Amino acid sequence: MTSRLVRRAILSGIVGGFAIWHVSLVGLVPAFAGRRLIGETITFSYVLLVAFLALTAFVAARRFPGALARVATGAVAGIVASLMMVLLSVVITHVNLRAIFLNATPELARVLRFGAADGTTGLLQTLAIGLVSGVLATLLASLPTPWPRTLVSAAFTTLLLGLLRDVVGPLLPRTITTFLYGPAGLTVQGAIVVLAVALLLFSARWFLVPQIAPAWARLPEAPRKVGSSAFLLLFLASIPLWAGLFLSNVANFVGFYILMGLGLNLVLGFAGLLDLGYVAFFAVGAYTMAVLTSPELPHGPQLSFWVALPIAIVATIISGVLIGLPVLRMRGDYLAIATLGFGEIVRLLVLSDWLKPYLGGAQGITRIARPEIGDWRIASPQSFFYLVLIACLAGWFLSIALRDSRFGRAWFAIREDEFVAQAMGINRVIGKLSAFAIGASLGGVSGALFASLVSSVVPASFSLLVSINVVALLVLGGMGSLPGVVVGALALVGLPELLREFQEYRLLVYGAILIAMMIFRPAGLLPERVHRRELEEAVEAEREVAPAEIATGRG
Amino acid sequence: MPLLETRRLTKRFGGLVALRDVDLAVEERTIHSVIGPNGAGKTTLFNCITGFLVPDGGDILFDGTSIAGLRPDLVARLGIARTYQNIRLFKHLTALQNVLIGLHPHLKYTLVDAIFRTPRFRRVEREAQREAEELLAFVGLAGRELTIAANLPYGDQRRLEIARALALRPRVLLLDEPTAGMNPQETQEMIDFIRMLRDQRQLTILLIEHDMKVVMTISDVVTVLDFGEKISEGTPDEVRRDPRVIEAYLGRGAASGLSQPSIVEQREAGQHGAP
Amino acid sequence: MSIAVPPLRALTGGRRIDVSQLIVWTIGISLLAIVGIGSILTLRAGHYSAQQWRDFVVFGIAQGSIYALIALGYTMVYGVLRMINFAHGEVFMSGAMTTFFFADYLNRSGFLKAHPWVSLVAMLLCGGLVSMTVAVLVERIAYRPLRGAPRLVPLITAVGASFFLQYTFRGLFGSGVRAYPTIPVLQGKLWIFQKTQVAVIVGVLITLALLVLFLQRTRAGLAIRAVAEDREAAALMGVDVDRAIVTTFAVGGFMAGIAGVLYALVFVQVQFYMGFLPGIKAFTAAVLGGIGNLPGAALGGLVLGIIESVGPSLFFDGYGIRAAHQLKDVIAFTILVLILIFRPTGILGERLGGEERV
Repeated sequence: MTSRLVRRAILSGIVGGFAIWHVSLVGLVPAFAGRRLIGETITFSYVLLVAFLALTAFVAARRFPGALARVATGAVAGIVASLMMVLLSVVITHVNLRAIFLNATPELARVLRFGAADGTTGLLQTLAIGLVSGVLATLLASLPTPWPRTLVSAAFTTLLLGLLRDVVGPLLPRTITTFLYGPAGLTVQGAIVVLAVALLLFSARWFLVPQIAPAWARLPEAPRKVGSSAFLLLFLASIPLWAGLFLSNVANFVGFYILMGLGLNLVLGFAGLLDLGYVAFFAVGAYTMAVLTSPELPHGPQLSFWVALPIAIVATIISGVLIGLPVLRMRGDYLAIATLGFGEIVRLLVLSDWLKPYLGGAQGITRIARPEIGDWRIASPQSFFYLVLIACLAGWFLSIALRDSRFGRAWFAIREDEFVAQAMGINRVIGKLSAFAIGASLGGVSGALFASLVSSVVPASFSLLVSINVVALLVLGGMGSLPGVVVGALALVGLPELLREFQEYRLLVYGAILIAMMIFRPAGLLPERVHRRELEEAVEAEREVAPAEIATGRG
Repeated sequence: MPLLETRRLTKRFGGLVALRDVDLAVEERTIHSVIGPNGAGKTTLFNCITGFLVPDGGDILFDGTSIAGLRPDLVARLGIARTYQNIRLFKHLTALQNVLIGLHPHLKYTLVDAIFRTPRFRRVEREAQREAEELLAFVGLAGRELTIAANLPYGDQRRLEIARALALRPRVLLLDEPTAGMNPQETQEMIDFIRMLRDQRQLTILLIEHDMKVVMTISDVVTVLDFGEKISEGTPDEVRRDPRVIEAYLGRGAASGLSQPSIVEQREAGQHGAP
Repeated sequence: MSIAVPPLRALTGGRRIDVSQLIVWTIGISLLAIVGIGSILTLRAGHYSAQQWRDFVVFGIAQGSIYALIALGYTMVYGVLRMINFAHGEVFMSGAMTTFFFADYLNRSGFLKAHPWVSLVAMLLCGGLVSMTVAVLVERIAYRPLRGAPRLVPLITAVGASFFLQYTFRGLFGSGVRAYPTIPVLQGKLWIFQKTQVAVIVGVLITLALLVLFLQRTRAGLAIRAVAEDREAAALMGVDVDRAIVTTFAVGGFMAGIAGVLYALVFVQVQFYMGFLPGIKAFTAAVLGGIGNLPGAALGGLVLGIIESVGPSLFFDGYGIRAAHQLKDVIAFTILVLILIFRPTGILGERLGGEERV
C-alpha cells in the first residue's frame, strides 16, 4: 500500500513537473510574469505555477481513501513537481538554452524560484511552496461538500478581479477603485475584502439556494420567466452605457462568436455533423456584405446595409446547401475533413489574384457600409452592440423554436442513428440540408455584421482558426447546449480579448481544452438538459470502476 | 388481396444470393412469421421491404402498389414500421422524444409555424405530446416519459421501440426477434402484447422469430426461408410437419444421409454477408 | 407472370438515384470538363517547353514521395484504429522543426562538411525519433483514454492535439522561419534531377522497404497486421492490442519524422505552421489510394504530388488565369473533396472494408 502510494505520488509529480516545464518553456509563465494580480508579489505566473502544483497533488491523491494518505500523497507529488521546477531553473541559469528554447531566459529561472535569488534559499523556497500547495490542495479536497467548491470559486473570483483590473477598475466608483486596485492588480487589503465578500456570497449561495429555490419555484411560471428574462435583457441592453469603447468592441466580438456558435450548434450539436469549415459561411456573409456595399470595387452595386443584409443571408443559405449537398452521404469523420477542405478552398479563392477584381485579393475590401436608420448612422461599437444583441437574441430564439419542434427532433434522430431516423419517416437529405442551411445563415449574419462593424474584410480574418474557435467554444460549453454557447464564447473569445498577453497562446489553450473536455467532461460545462442526467450516471459508473483499477495496480 | 406482398424478390451481395425468388403474401390483420436458420435471409427481407436495400429483382407490393426501391422514409410514411433485432433506440433521448420522433411524419406544420410558434404549431405539438404519452402508456411505460432511453431496463427498451414504431401509425409492423433475450414470463407478456396489437389496433404483423414456441403459438401463417429461398409455408402445424423444414433445421445430412460441404461453406459466408 | 420493375430502377441497374446525387454528379462532371478544356487550351497555347513539363513532373515525384511517407502514417493508424489521426501533420512538423537545431549544430561544428552522409542519416534518425516520441505521446494522452468513444470524439481531440502541438512548437522555438543548412554533396544536378530530389526519392524508397520488411517479418509487424484485420480476434489470440497500437503510432511517427527532414532538404525552410498543408495533403493521398491500404498510400502520394505540381499550369494557364500557381492548394483541396464525395474507398480500395451498414 505505502509503496504504491509513493510510486503514484512520484509519478504524478513527474507528470505535473513536465506540464510545468511545458507551460514554462512555451512561454505562458514568462508572459504573465508582469501581470501582478494581488499586491506587489503575486503575479499571474506564480498563480499559474501554484495552480499546476495543486492540481498535480489533487490528481495524485484523488482516488485514495483516507485523508492522511491523500495529504501525504499530495505532499510528495507537490515536492516532486517543485523539484522538477528547481531542476529547470538551475539548468536554465547555468546552461544557455536560448538558442533553442526562446523562453529559457534568466527571467524564467527567476520566476520558477518564485522571485528569489539564485541559490539554496531560492530553491528551498520553491520546494516549500510545492509542499504547501500539495498539502493545501489535498486538504481542501478533503473538506465536506460545499466547501471545496465555495473556496475555489471565491479564490478564483478574487484572482479574476485582479486580472481584469484594467477592465473592471474604470467601471467602479473612484473611491472603491482606489481602495481595491493598486497600479497593477488588487491591493492586498482589496484582495482580502474581495475574498471575504466572495466567500460570503458563494457560501450564502450554497446554503440559501436550497431554502429559496422551492419558494421561487412556487411562484407562477409566467411572471417568474418574464421577470428573469426582463432583468437579463435590461442588463444586456445597458452594457453599451457603461462599457466604453474597448469593452463594447469585445462584447461585439463575443456576439459574433455566439451567433456562429448557435449556428454551428444546429449542425454539430443538434444534427451531429462536425463541420470544420464553418468559417466559410462567416466569410460568405462578410464578403457578400462587402461586395454589395463597398464603393471600392469597379462594378459594385453599392447597396445600403439593410438591402445587403438579407441578400447576404440568402447567399449563405445557398452556400450552406451547396456545401451540404456533396457531403450528405459521407460518414462523420470524412464529413469533417471535407468541410475543412471547403473552408480552405473558399479562403484560397478569396485570396487569389485571379478573383482579385471581384473580391479584393489579399488586401481585401474596405469602406463597407454601416447600417443607417433615418439619419442615424450606426457606427460606434456601442450602438452596434444593439444590432449584435438583436441578432444573437434572434438566433437564440430560433434555436429554441427549432429544438422544440419536429425539425429539431428530426436532427436529433439523425445525430443518434441515421438509418433508424429514416425508418421513422425522416428524410435525411432534407434533414441534413436544412441543418446546414439554417446553421449557415446564422454564420452569415455574423459575418455580415462583422464586415459592417470593422468596415473592411481581409482573407486573413477567415482562416481555419475561426472554425476551430467555434468548435472549441461548443465543446467547452457542451454540444447541443444553448447556454453553453454563451459561456463558451465568453470564456474563449471574451477572456482572451481582455488579456493581451494571452493572445499568442489562445490556440494552445483551445487545443488543450478540446482534449481535456473530451476526456473529462464530454458533455461540456453546461450540458444540454437531457444529457445532464446521463452524464452524471456515466460519472457514477466511472467511480465504481476506479477502485478496482487501483487494486489491480493500474494507472 | 394481401396487404404486403413480395413477388420473386431477389437480392444479391456480390456473388452471394441472400434472397432468391421469394414470394410472400401477408394478409391483413394476421400475424405472419418468417423463420429460418441463421443467414437464411430474414433480416435481408426486412431491409428490402423497408427500403434500406434495393432488390435486384422481383417486386414488393404494399396495398397493391409497388414499393421496391422506394426510399426508406417514404416506405415508413406509407405505413410500414419496424423494430430491430439488436434494439436501436435513440439512446441519448428521452422515451417521450423517441416516440415523438416516430410521430414526425404526422405533424403538419411548417418551418415558419415552428419559428413563430403559431397557434397551429402549438396545437399540433400539444396533440402529439398527448398521443405520445398515450402510446407510452399503451406499451406500459407510463411514468417513464422523461427517462433517457439507454437507462431503461432491457424489456422496457423493447417496448419503447414498439411504441416508437406504433407512433408512425403503421398498417404493417415488422418485428425482428421481439422476444430475443427475454425470460419466459417476459416472453409470454410479449406474445400477449403482439396479439393485442393485431386484435385491438388492427395491425398486420410480420415477425422474425427464433423461439419456435413463440412462433407456433402466435402465428397465423409461417414462412420458412433457407439460404434465401422459401422452402415452406403454411399454418404452424403444416410447417412443423414439413420434412424440408426439419431438414433445414437439422442439417441436410440428417434427412438425406448425404453431406454437402460446399453448402456448409456457403452458409458460413452467408452469415457474414447478410447484414 | 410479368414482374413490374419501376422504370427508374431499370435505368440505373437497381441503384436508387435522387436529385441531390444528380446535382452532385453534375458539379463533378463540369469540374472535370473545366479541367479537361483548360488542359487542351494550355497545351495548344504551348507556353511551356517539354523540359518545363518534365521538371514539373520530377518535382511532383519528389514532393509526392514525401506525401506518400506521411500518408503511410495516416493509413496505418486508420487501419488499426479506424480513426483519422488529424494531428499527424504536426507529428511531421515536430521532427523537422527539432532536427533543425541538430542540423545547425552539425553544420557549425563542421561535422556536416566532414561527414555529409553520416550527418544526413543522423539527421533523418533524429527527426524520426522526435516525431515518434510525439506520436506516441499524442496516442497516450489524447486517444487512448477515448478508445471506444463515438467516432467524432477522437476526431475532436485529434484537432485539439493538432493545435496544441502547433502552438507548443511555436512557443518553444518561436514563430520565425528557420533555414536548414545546405548540404554541399546535395547541390547541383544529377541527370534531370536535382540531387536533393534524388536523395528524397531514395530516402523514401529505403524507408518504404524497411516498413514492408518490418510489417512482414517481425512479430510487432505481425501484431499490427492482426489488429488491423480484426482487433477482437487478435486480442483473443493473445496479441497485446495496446502495444500494437502504440507500435503503429511509433512507426507512423518515425516515417513522418523522416519525411519532415526530407521535406526540409527540399524546401529548406521550416516553421511551426509547416505541418498543416502537407498533413492535409498526405491525408488526401491516403484517401486517394484507399485509406488503410499501404501501397495505396504510396501511389496516392505520388499521384497527388504530380497533379499538384503539373496542375496549376496545365489546368488553368489556358484560361489566362493570373498567378495560377496560387491555386495549387485549391487543386489539392478540390481533389480531397472530390475523392471523399465520389470514391471514398480510393483508387485501390479500402483494404479493411466492412464499414457499418444497415
